[in-house]
Amino acid sequence: MTDALLRASDLKVHFPLRRRHPFARPSKVHAVDGIDFAIRRGTTFGLVGESGSGKTTTALAVMRLIEATSGSIDLQGTDLLALKGEALRLQRRHMQIIFQDPYSSLNPRVRAGAIVREPLDQLDVGPAAGREERVAELFRHVGLRPEQRALFPHQFSGGQRQRIGIARALATQPELIVCDEPVSALDVAIQAQILNLLRRLQTEFGLTYLFISHDLGVVQHMCDEIAVMYLGQIVEQADRLSLFRTPLHPYTWALLSAVPSARRGAGRNVRVALTGDPPSPIDPQPGCRFASRCPFAEARCRTDSPVLRTVGAGHRVACHLVDEQGVAPHMRAAA
Amino acid sequence: MNASEPLLSVDRLRVEFATRNGIARVIDDVSFDLRAGETLGIVGESGCGKSMTALAIMGLVPDPPGRVAGGAIRLLGEDLTRADERRMSRIRGKEISMIFQEPMSSLNPVYTVGDQIGETVRLHEGLGKRAARERAIDMLKAVGIPAPQRRVDEYPHQMSGGMRQRVMIAMALACRPKVLIADEPTTALDVTVQAQIFDLLRDLKEQTGTAIILITHDMGAIAELAERVVVMYAGRKVEDAPVDEMLGNPSHPYTRGLIACVPHLEPDPPLERQPLTEIPGVVPSLAELGKGGCPFVPRCGFAHDRCRAEMPPPFDVRGRHHASCWLLDPRAAA
Repeated sequence: MTDALLRASDLKVHFPLRRRHPFARPSKVHAVDGIDFAIRRGTTFGLVGESGSGKTTTALAVMRLIEATSGSIDLQGTDLLALKGEALRLQRRHMQIIFQDPYSSLNPRVRAGAIVREPLDQLDVGPAAGREERVAELFRHVGLRPEQRALFPHQFSGGQRQRIGIARALATQPELIVCDEPVSALDVAIQAQILNLLRRLQTEFGLTYLFISHDLGVVQHMCDEIAVMYLGQIVEQADRLSLFRTPLHPYTWALLSAVPSARRGAGRNVRVALTGDPPSPIDPQPGCRFASRCPFAEARCRTDSPVLRTVGAGHRVACHLVDEQGVAPHMRAAA
Repeated sequence: MNASEPLLSVDRLRVEFATRNGIARVIDDVSFDLRAGETLGIVGESGCGKSMTALAIMGLVPDPPGRVAGGAIRLLGEDLTRADERRMSRIRGKEISMIFQEPMSSLNPVYTVGDQIGETVRLHEGLGKRAARERAIDMLKAVGIPAPQRRVDEYPHQMSGGMRQRVMIAMALACRPKVLIADEPTTALDVTVQAQIFDLLRDLKEQTGTAIILITHDMGAIAELAERVVVMYAGRKVEDAPVDEMLGNPSHPYTRGLIACVPHLEPDPPLERQPLTEIPGVVPSLAELGKGGCPFVPRCGFAHDRCRAEMPPPFDVRGRHHASCWLLDPRAAA
């Protein structure tokens, strides 16, 4: 893939834990444990997984809002992890983030217009005289009225606040926008408004999104390429059609089957019962991390870690039991 | 009990809150029946009154500023809105119990889960300490918690979110209540854990015959668990129907929007993606409730003069399917 805007290689984020006593073995939370992915310019790359799978940690590491332990993140030829100080600060105009909670991510004491203007001033984008007009234009782009610039965050509804967050992210004309669960705090009827807005802005400005969500319906609607994370690792990655039509990793398959469907006539899908909760990411055991919940796990799954390998056009999976023809264990079980 | 006789009957319930701008009707003229062993879903956006309906049934409407201003809630014929606090405290947990959205904040962090499950049975059934502990272990086993003998002495913080919600369910079902109200029971949980909780609720219902009121904003959860659905908007019931009828033939514009605005997970997604259907605008604020006319008018694409002037009564769609919308008025259709 030559037209990659962002490329993460062997990215690791480990959090050391405090030792329980001076002679205890040091423990680490392996929040993100060696992941690789590339995002093509102008597309939406989705990261899905359950809580604790490391998707938000990945997003924050890309934004340099937390420090990665090792690896590299390349944004248009610049290694983000090597940047420091002023160089890093200036790089931020190329990458912005939309947060999950539109209530806590806006300063309640700052007017909406000033919130959106702040990145322009901070990063000195465009002539100072034109900035107020630029803010008004951003308000129009996200479906707010320019005169609402003078209001405070509490005077807006949740959906409108998320629009302010989007305007702020758009302000510096970034290439990459990280969307960290941008609609999960919103009511269902409002989610559609925000998702449609994000897609429209993408076409209008050629934006590239790193889109984090636990809602598979939303991910299917928004993303072109999707990586499924489990306990800090990517277990499967494919384009939108392959992933949902032929999920290969047993975890992806179980995850998709667990989503309740409101479609009438689609039939209640056969539920794959996963027992238990995801295991702890603290000092994970060797072997496949899904082995303890996998209905197909064999002896080698508990000892050898499967590597992420390509099995079809652009379809990558980390599972010992998927063969070279791309036949997964749940397909064999069904046949 | 006669099978046709409802276990719980909510009849023209009205709940009002005193606000700075006068009285706000947060529940207005809501009626529905719940039969033994049935699962009824209540759907709507936040602020539509679905949780308040649950609190009214439990006798937990914060008073002041709120009060049940009219209507009746009958449990096997007994009107709970007239029951005193002493009577209600005998009903809560014993006849009707409730599980909440956030299992962490609804469990007491300083008591073991065994103490908390045991408290219910000691209070309502007068069991001794040892017997209550035995019951707690049985309940933990029933909700599928591994090693219940050990888990019974643990504190909530030692458990995962899914496990805590199982504890909440164990606590709610310890006295074999007739009605279980589940208010967004899986919203805080991961999807694979949510599926486990759904299976658990279904199994428990089959074993115990407990009727369930499932409150949610997720039509998927409704399709999964409920047999009948009530859709609420701005404190009013706008549509009710059996679940397949509701999903297959939604008749109120709000219900239609609610189903269409969600991106549904497709096993075979189409290559081209259409923009999602939007319900424009937002839910009305408290001060706007209880005015004349249909509350959905500002967000409705089909509104006409009559909608602004008069509140639509429920019209029959077919069978047990009713919707409150002037578009369904058989006299206007001609």
